[in-house]
Amino acid sequence: MLKLNNVSVNYGAFTAVKNVDIEVHPGEIVVLLGSNGAGKSTTFNSISGLNKPSSGEILYDEQNIVGFPPDQIVNLGIIQCAEGRNLFPGMTVQENLMMGGYVHRKNKIHVKERLEEVYEMFPILKEKHNESAGSLSGGQQQMVAIGRALMGDPQYMLLDEPSIGLAPLIVEQMFAKIKQINDGGTSILLAEQNANAALKIADRGYVFENGQIAVQGTAEELLTNEEVRKAYIGA
Amino acid sequence: MSRLLLNKRFALSGLLLLVLVLPLITSNAYMIRILILTFIWTIAVYGLNLLAGYTGYLSLAHAGFFALGAYTLAILTVTVGLSYWLAFILTLVFTSIVGALIGMIALRTREHFFAIYTLCVGYIIYLIIYNWEGMTGGVRGFIGIPSPGSIGPLEFNSQISNYYLVLFFLVLTIVVIYRIVHSLQGRTFMAIRNSEDLAKTIGISTTKNKLIAFILSTFFAGLAGALFASFTRFIGPEISNITMTFDFLVYLLIGGIGTLSGPVIGTFIIVWISQELQFLQDYRMLVFGPILVILIIFAPRGISGFIIDWNLKRKAKKQQIESMKDMENNQEVKEG
Repeated sequence: MLKLNNVSVNYGAFTAVKNVDIEVHPGEIVVLLGSNGAGKSTTFNSISGLNKPSSGEILYDEQNIVGFPPDQIVNLGIIQCAEGRNLFPGMTVQENLMMGGYVHRKNKIHVKERLEEVYEMFPILKEKHNESAGSLSGGQQQMVAIGRALMGDPQYMLLDEPSIGLAPLIVEQMFAKIKQINDGGTSILLAEQNANAALKIADRGYVFENGQIAVQGTAEELLTNEEVRKAYIGA
Repeated sequence: MSRLLLNKRFALSGLLLLVLVLPLITSNAYMIRILILTFIWTIAVYGLNLLAGYTGYLSLAHAGFFALGAYTLAILTVTVGLSYWLAFILTLVFTSIVGALIGMIALRTREHFFAIYTLCVGYIIYLIIYNWEGMTGGVRGFIGIPSPGSIGPLEFNSQISNYYLVLFFLVLTIVVIYRIVHSLQGRTFMAIRNSEDLAKTIGISTTKNKLIAFILSTFFAGLAGALFASFTRFIGPEISNITMTFDFLVYLLIGGIGTLSGPVIGTFIIVWISQELQFLQDYRMLVFGPILVILIIFAPRGISGFIIDWNLKRKAKKQQIESMKDMENNQEVKEG
Protein backbone atom coordinates (compact mmCIF):
# COMPACT_ATOMS: atom_id res chain seq x y z
CA MET A 1 0.00 0.00 0.00
CA LEU A 2 1.09 3.54 -0.73
CA LYS A 3 0.17 5.94 2.02
CA LEU A 4 0.83 9.65 2.54
CA ASN A 5 0.60 10.68 6.19
CA ASN A 6 0.11 14.36 6.93
CA VAL A 7 2.49 15.44 4.15
CA SER A 8 3.39 19.12 3.68
CA VAL A 9 5.70 20.56 1.04
CA ASN A 10 7.18 24.06 1.14
CA TYR A 11 8.91 26.00 -1.60
CA GLY A 12 10.70 28.58 0.50
CA ALA A 13 8.02 30.46 2.40
CA PHE A 14 5.27 29.19 0.09
CA THR A 15 3.36 26.09 1.19
CA ALA A 16 2.44 24.13 -1.94
CA VAL A 17 0.91 21.12 -0.17
CA LYS A 18 -0.46 21.16 3.36
CA ASN A 19 -1.24 18.21 5.67
CA VAL A 20 -2.27 15.82 2.93
CA ASP A 21 -3.36 12.22 3.64
CA ILE A 22 -3.70 9.89 0.67
CA GLU A 23 -4.02 6.12 0.46
CA VAL A 24 -3.69 3.91 -2.57
CA HIS A 25 -4.50 0.26 -1.95
CA PRO A 26 -3.09 -2.47 -4.19
CA GLY A 27 -5.11 -2.81 -7.39
CA GLU A 28 -6.86 0.53 -7.08
CA ILE A 29 -7.13 3.50 -9.39
CA VAL A 30 -7.15 6.64 -7.27
CA VAL A 31 -7.64 10.02 -8.88
CA LEU A 32 -6.44 13.42 -7.67
CA LEU A 33 -8.67 16.17 -8.98
CA GLY A 34 -7.85 19.84 -8.87
CA SER A 35 -7.06 22.87 -10.97
CA ASN A 36 -3.59 23.98 -12.08
CA GLY A 37 -1.35 24.77 -9.14
CA ALA A 38 -3.57 22.99 -6.61
CA GLY A 39 -0.64 20.77 -5.55
CA LYS A 40 -1.11 17.59 -7.56
CA SER A 41 2.23 17.63 -9.33
CA THR A 42 4.01 18.66 -6.13
CA THR A 43 2.49 15.66 -4.38
CA PHE A 44 3.65 13.40 -7.21
CA ASN A 45 7.16 14.77 -7.09
CA SER A 46 7.31 14.16 -3.35
CA ILE A 47 6.31 10.53 -3.80
CA SER A 48 8.94 10.16 -6.59
CA GLY A 49 11.61 11.72 -4.40
CA LEU A 50 12.16 14.72 -6.67
CA ASN A 51 11.37 17.08 -3.83
CA LYS A 52 11.40 16.47 -0.13
CA PRO A 53 8.35 17.04 2.06
CA SER A 54 8.99 19.44 4.91
CA SER A 55 6.93 17.23 7.22
CA GLY A 56 4.93 14.03 7.21
CA GLU A 57 5.75 10.57 5.95
CA ILE A 58 5.27 8.61 2.76
CA LEU A 59 4.84 4.93 3.49
CA TYR A 60 5.34 2.23 0.90
CA ASP A 61 4.46 -1.16 2.36
CA GLU A 62 5.03 0.19 5.90
CA GLN A 63 8.45 1.65 4.95
CA ASN A 64 8.97 5.41 5.09
CA ILE A 65 10.50 6.40 1.75
CA VAL A 66 10.92 10.11 2.48
CA GLY A 67 14.55 11.00 1.74
CA PHE A 68 15.13 8.04 -0.57
CA PRO A 69 16.86 9.07 -3.83
CA PRO A 70 14.52 8.97 -6.87
CA ASP A 71 16.28 6.07 -8.57
CA GLN A 72 15.81 3.91 -5.47
CA ILE A 73 12.09 4.74 -5.40
CA VAL A 74 11.83 3.67 -9.06
CA ASN A 75 13.63 0.47 -8.09
CA LEU A 76 11.01 -0.15 -5.40
CA GLY A 77 8.35 -0.05 -8.11
CA ILE A 78 6.88 3.44 -7.85
CA ILE A 79 7.19 5.06 -11.25
CA GLN A 80 6.01 8.46 -12.34
CA CYS A 81 4.88 9.23 -15.86
CA ALA A 82 5.49 12.96 -15.93
CA GLU A 83 3.11 15.58 -17.24
CA GLY A 84 3.37 17.11 -20.67
CA ARG A 85 4.50 14.01 -22.56
CA ASN A 86 8.06 14.56 -21.47
CA LEU A 87 10.09 12.49 -23.94
CA PHE A 88 13.73 12.40 -25.01
CA PRO A 89 13.26 14.25 -28.30
CA GLY A 90 16.55 13.23 -29.89
CA MET A 91 15.87 9.52 -29.41
CA THR A 92 13.68 7.17 -31.41
CA VAL A 93 10.46 5.71 -30.02
CA GLN A 94 12.19 2.43 -29.19
CA GLU A 95 15.17 4.17 -27.56
CA ASN A 96 12.76 6.16 -25.41
CA LEU A 97 11.01 2.96 -24.32
CA MET A 98 14.32 1.23 -23.67
CA MET A 99 15.36 4.10 -21.39
CA GLY A 100 12.28 3.26 -19.33
CA GLY A 101 13.74 -0.19 -18.77
CA TYR A 102 16.84 1.40 -17.27
CA VAL A 103 16.30 -0.09 -13.82
CA HIS A 104 16.25 -3.58 -15.33
CA ARG A 105 19.25 -2.95 -17.61
CA LYS A 106 21.12 -6.01 -16.29
CA ASN A 107 18.23 -8.31 -17.26
CA LYS A 108 18.11 -7.91 -21.03
CA ILE A 109 15.61 -10.72 -21.61
CA HIS A 110 13.17 -9.15 -19.17
CA VAL A 111 13.48 -5.75 -20.87
CA LYS A 112 12.83 -7.35 -24.25
CA GLU A 113 9.71 -9.09 -22.93
CA ARG A 114 8.46 -5.85 -21.44
CA LEU A 115 9.06 -4.11 -24.76
CA GLU A 116 6.94 -6.70 -26.56
CA GLU A 117 4.17 -6.23 -23.99
CA VAL A 118 4.24 -2.47 -24.49
CA TYR A 119 4.09 -2.95 -28.27
CA GLU A 120 1.16 -5.31 -27.81
CA MET A 121 -0.65 -2.66 -25.84
CA PHE A 122 0.21 0.15 -28.27
CA PRO A 123 0.67 -1.47 -31.71
CA ILE A 124 1.14 1.91 -33.38
CA LEU A 125 4.39 2.34 -31.44
CA LYS A 126 5.80 -0.83 -32.94
CA GLU A 127 5.01 0.54 -36.37
CA LYS A 128 6.82 3.77 -35.55
CA HIS A 129 9.57 2.30 -33.36
CA ASN A 130 12.34 3.74 -35.50
CA GLU A 131 10.95 7.25 -35.80
CA SER A 132 12.12 10.18 -33.75
CA ALA A 133 9.89 10.61 -30.71
CA GLY A 134 9.49 14.32 -31.46
CA SER A 135 7.78 13.58 -34.80
CA LEU A 136 4.79 11.75 -33.27
CA SER A 137 1.32 13.16 -32.67
CA GLY A 138 0.25 14.21 -29.19
CA GLY A 139 -1.63 11.01 -28.44
CA GLN A 140 1.21 8.85 -29.68
CA GLN A 141 3.70 10.80 -27.58
CA GLN A 142 1.52 10.16 -24.54
CA MET A 143 1.55 6.46 -25.41
CA VAL A 144 5.36 6.53 -25.50
CA ALA A 145 5.42 8.26 -22.12
CA ILE A 146 3.10 5.69 -20.57
CA GLY A 147 4.90 2.85 -22.33
CA ARG A 148 8.21 4.11 -21.00
CA ALA A 149 6.87 4.10 -17.44
CA LEU A 150 5.52 0.57 -17.98
CA MET A 151 8.96 -0.61 -19.08
CA GLY A 152 10.13 -0.16 -15.49
CA ASP A 153 7.57 -2.71 -14.28
CA PRO A 154 5.73 -0.45 -11.81
CA GLN A 155 3.76 -1.69 -8.83
CA TYR A 156 2.39 1.81 -8.45
CA MET A 157 2.20 4.13 -11.43
CA LEU A 158 1.81 7.88 -10.98
CA LEU A 159 0.15 9.39 -14.05
CA ASP A 160 0.24 13.17 -14.22
CA GLU A 161 -2.50 14.57 -16.47
CA PRO A 162 -2.35 12.01 -19.29
CA SER A 163 -5.30 13.65 -21.07
CA ILE A 164 -3.83 17.14 -21.27
CA GLY A 165 -4.03 18.61 -24.77
CA LEU A 166 -5.55 15.51 -26.37
CA ALA A 167 -8.65 15.31 -28.56
CA PRO A 168 -11.75 13.92 -26.78
CA LEU A 169 -11.77 10.67 -28.75
CA ILE A 170 -8.08 10.06 -27.96
CA VAL A 171 -8.73 10.86 -24.28
CA GLU A 172 -11.35 8.13 -24.17
CA GLN A 173 -8.93 5.62 -25.69
CA MET A 174 -6.22 6.72 -23.28
CA PHE A 175 -8.44 6.10 -20.25
CA ALA A 176 -9.41 2.69 -21.62
CA LYS A 177 -5.70 1.84 -21.79
CA ILE A 178 -5.17 3.07 -18.24
CA LYS A 179 -7.96 0.78 -17.09
CA GLN A 180 -6.31 -2.05 -19.00
CA ILE A 181 -2.97 -1.39 -17.28
CA ASN A 182 -4.77 -1.41 -13.93
CA ASP A 183 -6.47 -4.72 -14.75
CA GLY A 184 -2.98 -6.10 -15.36
CA GLY A 185 -2.24 -5.55 -11.67
CA THR A 186 -0.64 -2.11 -11.55
CA SER A 187 -2.09 0.27 -8.97
CA ILE A 188 -2.56 3.76 -10.35
CA LEU A 189 -2.53 7.23 -8.86
CA LEU A 190 -3.90 9.58 -11.46
CA ALA A 191 -3.82 13.38 -11.45
CA GLU A 192 -6.50 14.84 -13.68
CA GLN A 193 -8.56 17.90 -14.51
CA ASN A 194 -10.89 15.88 -16.68
CA ALA A 195 -12.97 14.72 -13.70
CA ASN A 196 -15.70 13.04 -15.68
CA ALA A 197 -13.47 10.69 -17.63
CA ALA A 198 -11.18 10.00 -14.69
CA LEU A 199 -13.92 9.21 -12.16
CA LYS A 200 -15.50 6.74 -14.58
CA ILE A 201 -12.51 4.40 -14.29
CA ALA A 202 -11.40 5.31 -10.75
CA ASP A 203 -12.22 3.56 -7.48
CA ARG A 204 -11.72 6.57 -5.23
CA GLY A 205 -10.73 10.19 -5.49
CA TYR A 206 -9.40 13.24 -3.68
CA VAL A 207 -10.12 16.85 -4.60
CA PHE A 208 -7.24 19.29 -4.12
CA GLU A 209 -7.84 22.93 -3.40
CA ASN A 210 -4.99 25.33 -2.62
CA GLY A 211 -2.69 22.50 -1.59
CA GLN A 212 -5.19 20.85 0.73
CA ILE A 213 -7.65 18.03 0.30
CA ALA A 214 -11.12 19.57 0.20
CA VAL A 215 -13.26 16.53 -0.56
CA GLN A 216 -12.60 12.81 -0.74
CA GLY A 217 -14.66 9.72 -1.36
CA THR A 218 -15.46 6.89 -3.71
CA ALA A 219 -15.80 7.64 -7.40
CA GLU A 220 -19.62 7.44 -7.22
CA GLU A 221 -19.73 9.79 -4.26
CA LEU A 222 -17.57 12.35 -6.05
CA LEU A 223 -19.53 12.04 -9.28
CA THR A 224 -22.73 12.88 -7.41
CA ASN A 225 -21.16 15.46 -5.11
CA GLU A 226 -22.75 18.83 -5.81
CA GLU A 227 -19.56 20.89 -5.34
CA VAL A 228 -17.41 18.58 -7.43
CA ARG A 229 -19.95 18.56 -10.22
CA LYS A 230 -20.08 22.32 -10.20
CA ALA A 231 -16.31 22.84 -10.13
CA TYR A 232 -15.05 20.08 -12.42
CA ILE A 233 -17.82 18.59 -14.47
CA GLY A 234 -19.85 21.69 -15.14
CA ALA A 235 -23.31 20.19 -14.85
CA MET B 1 20.32 5.21 -45.65
CA SER B 2 22.75 2.35 -46.32
CA ARG B 3 24.28 4.33 -49.16
CA LEU B 4 24.80 7.25 -46.83
CA LEU B 5 26.44 4.92 -44.34
CA LEU B 6 28.65 3.48 -47.05
CA ASN B 7 29.64 6.97 -48.18
CA LYS B 8 30.46 7.85 -44.61
CA ARG B 9 32.61 4.73 -44.17
CA PHE B 10 34.36 5.50 -47.45
CA ALA B 11 35.08 9.09 -46.44
CA LEU B 12 36.32 7.99 -43.02
CA SER B 13 38.72 5.35 -44.38
CA GLY B 14 39.96 7.87 -46.96
CA LEU B 15 40.65 10.40 -44.23
CA LEU B 16 42.42 7.85 -42.07
CA LEU B 17 44.56 6.74 -45.02
CA LEU B 18 45.47 10.38 -45.72
CA VAL B 19 46.69 11.07 -42.19
CA LEU B 20 48.53 7.73 -42.19
CA VAL B 21 50.58 8.43 -45.32
CA LEU B 22 50.94 12.19 -44.80
CA PRO B 23 54.34 12.08 -43.05
CA LEU B 24 55.65 9.90 -45.90
CA ILE B 25 54.70 12.36 -48.65
CA THR B 26 55.66 15.61 -46.94
CA SER B 27 58.96 16.63 -45.43
CA ASN B 28 57.51 19.75 -43.85
CA ALA B 29 58.49 19.22 -40.22
CA TYR B 30 56.59 22.31 -39.11
CA MET B 31 53.34 20.99 -40.57
CA ILE B 32 53.84 17.62 -38.90
CA ARG B 33 54.42 19.38 -35.60
CA ILE B 34 51.21 21.38 -35.94
CA LEU B 35 49.32 18.20 -36.85
CA ILE B 36 50.62 16.40 -33.76
CA LEU B 37 49.51 19.29 -31.56
CA THR B 38 46.11 19.30 -33.29
CA PHE B 39 45.70 15.59 -32.57
CA ILE B 40 46.49 16.24 -28.91
CA TRP B 41 44.03 19.15 -28.65
CA THR B 42 41.39 16.99 -30.30
CA ILE B 43 41.76 14.29 -27.65
CA ALA B 44 41.26 16.92 -24.95
CA VAL B 45 38.23 18.38 -26.77
CA TYR B 46 36.66 14.91 -26.95
CA GLY B 47 36.87 14.76 -23.16
CA LEU B 48 35.20 18.13 -22.85
CA ASN B 49 32.52 17.07 -25.35
CA LEU B 50 31.54 14.05 -23.28
CA LEU B 51 30.81 16.25 -20.27
CA ALA B 52 29.69 19.57 -21.78
CA GLY B 53 28.21 18.20 -25.00
CA TYR B 54 26.58 14.93 -24.04
CA THR B 55 25.88 15.39 -20.34
CA GLY B 56 25.21 19.14 -20.42
CA TYR B 57 27.69 20.23 -17.76
CA LEU B 58 30.05 22.93 -19.00
CA SER B 59 33.34 22.50 -17.16
CA LEU B 60 35.78 25.40 -17.37
CA ALA B 61 38.51 23.49 -15.50
CA HIS B 62 39.44 21.46 -18.55
CA ALA B 63 42.82 23.12 -19.17
CA GLY B 64 43.53 22.60 -15.47
CA PHE B 65 43.13 18.86 -15.87
CA PHE B 66 45.10 18.96 -19.12
CA ALA B 67 47.96 20.64 -17.23
CA LEU B 68 47.52 18.25 -14.32
CA GLY B 69 48.17 15.37 -16.73
CA ALA B 70 51.17 17.11 -18.27
CA TYR B 71 52.80 18.06 -14.96
CA THR B 72 52.08 14.71 -13.32
CA LEU B 73 53.84 12.93 -16.16
CA ALA B 74 56.75 15.38 -15.94
CA ILE B 75 57.14 14.96 -12.19
CA LEU B 76 56.77 11.17 -12.26
CA THR B 77 59.34 10.70 -15.02
CA VAL B 78 61.91 13.37 -14.11
CA THR B 79 61.61 14.02 -10.36
CA VAL B 80 60.53 10.54 -9.25
CA GLY B 81 62.40 8.79 -12.05
CA LEU B 82 59.82 6.19 -13.00
CA SER B 83 59.95 4.46 -16.38
CA TYR B 84 57.91 6.30 -19.00
CA TRP B 85 54.96 3.97 -19.51
CA LEU B 86 54.50 3.27 -15.82
CA ALA B 87 54.45 7.03 -15.23
CA PHE B 88 52.03 7.39 -18.15
CA ILE B 89 49.52 4.95 -16.65
CA LEU B 90 49.91 6.43 -13.15
CA THR B 91 49.28 9.88 -14.64
CA LEU B 92 45.95 8.73 -16.10
CA VAL B 93 44.96 7.11 -12.81
CA PHE B 94 45.98 10.16 -10.78
CA THR B 95 44.17 12.65 -13.03
CA SER B 96 41.01 10.54 -12.87
CA ILE B 97 41.18 10.32 -9.07
CA VAL B 98 41.62 14.09 -8.73
CA GLY B 99 38.77 14.44 -11.23
CA ALA B 100 36.57 12.20 -9.07
CA LEU B 101 37.29 14.20 -5.91
CA ILE B 102 36.70 17.58 -7.56
CA GLY B 103 33.69 16.25 -9.46
CA MET B 104 32.02 15.08 -6.25
CA ILE B 105 32.02 18.65 -4.97
CA ALA B 106 31.57 20.52 -8.26
CA LEU B 107 28.55 18.43 -9.30
CA ARG B 108 26.59 19.63 -6.30
CA THR B 109 26.12 22.77 -8.40
CA ARG B 110 24.51 23.01 -11.81
CA GLU B 111 24.27 25.22 -14.88
CA HIS B 112 26.15 28.52 -14.58
CA PHE B 113 27.07 27.82 -10.96
CA PHE B 114 28.85 24.70 -12.16
CA ALA B 115 30.65 26.71 -14.84
CA ILE B 116 31.74 29.33 -12.29
CA TYR B 117 32.82 26.69 -9.77
CA THR B 118 34.93 24.82 -12.32
CA LEU B 119 36.35 28.13 -13.56
CA CYS B 120 37.67 28.66 -10.03
CA VAL B 121 39.01 25.10 -9.85
CA GLY B 122 40.89 25.70 -13.10
CA TYR B 123 42.33 28.93 -11.77
CA ILE B 124 43.42 27.29 -8.51
CA ILE B 125 45.25 24.59 -10.48
CA TYR B 126 46.93 27.38 -12.46
CA LEU B 127 47.97 29.19 -9.26
CA ILE B 128 49.39 26.01 -7.74
CA ILE B 129 51.46 25.27 -10.83
CA TYR B 130 52.58 28.89 -11.07
CA ASN B 131 53.62 29.22 -7.43
CA TRP B 132 54.88 25.77 -6.41
CA GLU B 133 58.34 26.39 -7.86
CA GLY B 134 60.07 23.51 -6.08
CA MET B 135 57.78 20.98 -7.74
CA THR B 136 56.70 22.51 -11.03
CA GLY B 137 59.47 24.94 -11.85
CA GLY B 138 56.98 27.78 -11.49
CA VAL B 139 57.06 30.45 -14.14
CA ARG B 140 60.32 29.08 -15.62
CA GLY B 141 58.49 25.95 -16.64
CA PHE B 142 59.43 22.27 -16.48
CA ILE B 143 62.35 21.26 -18.69
CA GLY B 144 63.73 17.93 -19.84
CA ILE B 145 60.65 15.71 -19.97
CA PRO B 146 61.59 12.46 -21.76
CA SER B 147 60.08 11.33 -25.04
CA PRO B 148 57.79 8.33 -24.79
CA GLY B 149 59.82 5.25 -23.91
CA SER B 150 60.21 2.50 -26.49
CA ILE B 151 57.80 -0.43 -26.57
CA GLY B 152 59.82 -3.46 -27.71
CA PRO B 153 61.37 -2.50 -31.04
CA LEU B 154 59.21 0.66 -31.36
CA GLU B 155 61.06 3.82 -30.41
CA PHE B 156 59.43 7.22 -30.12
CA ASN B 157 62.33 9.65 -30.26
CA SER B 158 61.72 11.03 -33.76
CA GLN B 159 58.97 13.41 -34.74
CA ILE B 160 57.39 10.98 -37.18
CA SER B 161 57.20 8.17 -34.63
CA ASN B 162 55.58 10.62 -32.22
CA TYR B 163 53.11 11.51 -34.95
CA TYR B 164 51.99 7.89 -35.22
CA LEU B 165 51.89 7.42 -31.46
CA VAL B 166 49.63 10.44 -30.96
CA LEU B 167 47.53 9.45 -33.96
CA PHE B 168 47.11 6.01 -32.40
CA PHE B 169 45.80 7.55 -29.18
CA LEU B 170 43.50 9.89 -31.11
CA VAL B 171 41.95 7.01 -33.05
CA LEU B 172 41.65 5.01 -29.83
CA THR B 173 39.91 7.99 -28.18
CA ILE B 174 37.46 8.35 -31.06
CA VAL B 175 36.64 4.62 -31.00
CA VAL B 176 36.12 4.62 -27.23
CA ILE B 177 33.95 7.76 -27.34
CA TYR B 178 31.94 6.28 -30.23
CA ARG B 179 31.30 3.13 -28.19
CA ILE B 180 30.30 5.14 -25.12
CA VAL B 181 27.94 7.43 -27.03
CA HIS B 182 26.19 4.51 -28.70
CA SER B 183 25.80 2.52 -25.49
CA LEU B 184 23.18 2.74 -22.76
CA GLN B 185 25.74 4.76 -20.81
CA GLY B 186 25.81 7.35 -23.59
CA ARG B 187 22.02 7.55 -23.75
CA THR B 188 22.04 7.93 -19.97
CA PHE B 189 24.30 11.00 -20.33
CA MET B 190 21.96 12.41 -22.98
CA ALA B 191 18.94 11.74 -20.79
CA ILE B 192 20.57 13.80 -18.04
CA ARG B 193 21.34 16.61 -20.51
CA ASN B 194 17.76 16.52 -21.74
CA SER B 195 16.14 16.78 -18.32
CA GLU B 196 17.62 15.76 -15.02
CA ASP B 197 14.22 15.34 -13.33
CA LEU B 198 12.95 13.16 -16.15
CA ALA B 199 16.11 11.05 -15.96
CA LYS B 200 15.50 10.60 -12.24
CA THR B 201 11.89 9.51 -12.73
CA ILE B 202 12.99 6.61 -14.92
CA GLY B 203 15.44 5.45 -12.28
CA ILE B 204 18.75 6.96 -13.37
CA SER B 205 21.07 7.90 -10.51
CA THR B 206 22.06 11.30 -11.86
CA THR B 207 24.68 11.85 -9.15
CA LYS B 208 26.54 8.69 -10.11
CA ASN B 209 26.30 9.15 -13.87
CA LYS B 210 27.31 12.81 -13.82
CA LEU B 211 30.37 11.78 -11.82
CA ILE B 212 31.19 9.10 -14.41
CA ALA B 213 31.00 11.73 -17.17
CA PHE B 214 33.19 14.11 -15.15
CA ILE B 215 35.84 11.45 -14.50
CA LEU B 216 35.86 10.37 -18.15
CA SER B 217 36.35 13.96 -19.25
CA THR B 218 39.29 14.47 -16.87
CA PHE B 219 40.73 11.15 -18.02
CA PHE B 220 40.89 12.34 -21.63
CA ALA B 221 42.21 15.75 -20.56
CA GLY B 222 44.94 13.97 -18.60
CA LEU B 223 45.73 11.71 -21.56
CA ALA B 224 46.09 14.72 -23.86
CA GLY B 225 48.21 16.51 -21.25
CA ALA B 226 50.57 13.56 -20.82
CA LEU B 227 51.04 13.25 -24.58
CA PHE B 228 51.61 17.01 -24.82
CA ALA B 229 54.30 16.96 -22.13
CA SER B 230 56.30 14.17 -23.71
CA PHE B 231 55.94 15.61 -27.21
CA THR B 232 56.98 19.21 -26.46
CA ARG B 233 59.30 18.08 -23.62
CA PHE B 234 58.95 21.50 -22.05
CA ILE B 235 55.82 22.79 -20.32
CA GLY B 236 54.94 26.07 -18.62
CA PRO B 237 52.09 27.13 -16.36
CA GLU B 238 50.28 28.82 -19.28
CA ILE B 239 48.91 25.45 -20.42
CA SER B 240 46.63 25.47 -17.36
CA ASN B 241 45.41 28.99 -18.06
CA ILE B 242 41.76 29.74 -18.66
CA THR B 243 42.56 30.91 -22.21
CA MET B 244 43.47 27.32 -22.97
CA THR B 245 40.07 26.13 -21.73
CA PHE B 246 38.41 28.68 -23.97
CA ASP B 247 40.48 27.48 -26.92
CA PHE B 248 39.14 23.96 -26.30
CA LEU B 249 35.64 25.34 -25.96
CA VAL B 250 35.87 27.31 -29.21
CA TYR B 251 37.07 24.21 -31.06
CA LEU B 252 34.12 22.30 -29.64
CA LEU B 253 31.50 24.99 -30.33
CA ILE B 254 32.62 25.56 -33.91
CA GLY B 255 32.96 21.87 -34.69
CA GLY B 256 29.67 20.98 -33.03
CA ILE B 257 28.99 20.43 -29.36
CA GLY B 258 27.35 17.11 -28.57
CA THR B 259 28.29 15.54 -31.91
CA LEU B 260 30.79 12.78 -32.59
CA SER B 261 32.70 14.49 -35.40
CA GLY B 262 32.55 18.00 -33.88
CA PRO B 263 35.84 17.90 -31.94
CA VAL B 264 37.86 16.75 -34.98
CA ILE B 265 36.23 19.21 -37.37
CA GLY B 266 36.38 22.19 -35.03
CA THR B 267 39.96 21.68 -33.88
CA PHE B 268 41.33 21.14 -37.38
CA ILE B 269 39.49 24.07 -38.91
CA ILE B 270 40.39 26.56 -36.20
CA VAL B 271 44.03 25.49 -35.97
CA TRP B 272 44.27 25.69 -39.74
CA ILE B 273 42.66 29.14 -39.92
CA SER B 274 44.83 30.48 -37.12
CA GLN B 275 47.91 29.19 -38.95
CA GLU B 276 46.79 30.96 -42.12
CA LEU B 277 46.10 34.18 -40.22
CA GLN B 278 49.36 34.18 -38.30
CA PHE B 279 50.50 37.43 -39.93
CA LEU B 280 47.68 39.17 -38.03
CA GLN B 281 49.18 38.11 -34.69
CA ASP B 282 46.79 38.81 -31.82
CA TYR B 283 44.38 40.62 -34.13
CA ARG B 284 43.32 37.13 -35.23
CA MET B 285 40.78 37.30 -32.44
CA LEU B 286 39.08 40.12 -34.35
CA VAL B 287 38.33 37.54 -37.02
CA PHE B 288 37.41 34.71 -34.65
CA GLY B 289 35.03 36.73 -32.50
CA PRO B 290 32.53 37.57 -35.23
CA ILE B 291 32.79 34.07 -36.75
CA LEU B 292 31.90 32.58 -33.40
CA VAL B 293 28.98 34.96 -32.84
CA ILE B 294 27.57 34.30 -36.33
CA LEU B 295 27.94 30.56 -35.86
CA ILE B 296 26.21 30.54 -32.47
CA ILE B 297 23.29 32.47 -33.95
CA PHE B 298 22.83 30.48 -37.14
CA ALA B 299 24.27 27.07 -36.26
CA PRO B 300 24.14 26.62 -32.49
CA ARG B 301 25.22 23.01 -32.85
CA GLY B 302 28.31 23.95 -34.86
CA ILE B 303 29.38 22.82 -38.31
CA SER B 304 28.77 19.16 -37.63
CA GLY B 305 25.36 19.75 -36.03
CA PHE B 306 24.37 21.99 -38.93
CA ILE B 307 25.13 19.23 -41.45
CA ILE B 308 23.27 16.63 -39.37
CA ASP B 309 20.17 18.84 -39.05
CA TRP B 310 20.27 19.69 -42.73
CA ASN B 311 20.41 16.00 -43.67
CA LEU B 312 17.50 15.24 -41.33
CA LYS B 313 15.42 18.02 -42.87
CA ARG B 314 16.14 16.74 -46.36
CA LYS B 315 15.18 13.22 -45.34
CA ALA B 316 11.93 14.43 -43.77
CA LYS B 317 11.07 16.34 -46.95
CA LYS B 318 11.75 13.27 -49.07
CA GLN B 319 9.51 11.19 -46.81
CA GLN B 320 6.75 13.76 -47.07
CA ILE B 321 6.91 13.76 -50.86
CA GLU B 322 6.87 9.96 -50.92
CA SER B 323 3.87 9.70 -48.63
CA MET B 324 2.06 12.28 -50.78
CA LYS B 325 2.82 10.18 -53.84
CA ASP B 326 1.50 7.12 -52.02
CA MET B 327 -1.72 8.93 -51.27
CA GLU B 328 -2.08 9.99 -54.89
CA ASN B 329 -1.50 6.43 -56.03
CA ASN B 330 -4.11 5.13 -53.62
CA GLN B 331 -6.57 7.66 -54.90
CA GLU B 332 -5.88 6.61 -58.47
CA VAL B 333 -6.47 3.00 -57.54
CA LYS B 334 -9.76 3.90 -55.91
CA GLU B 335 -10.85 6.01 -58.82
CA GLY B 336 -9.78 3.32 -61.29
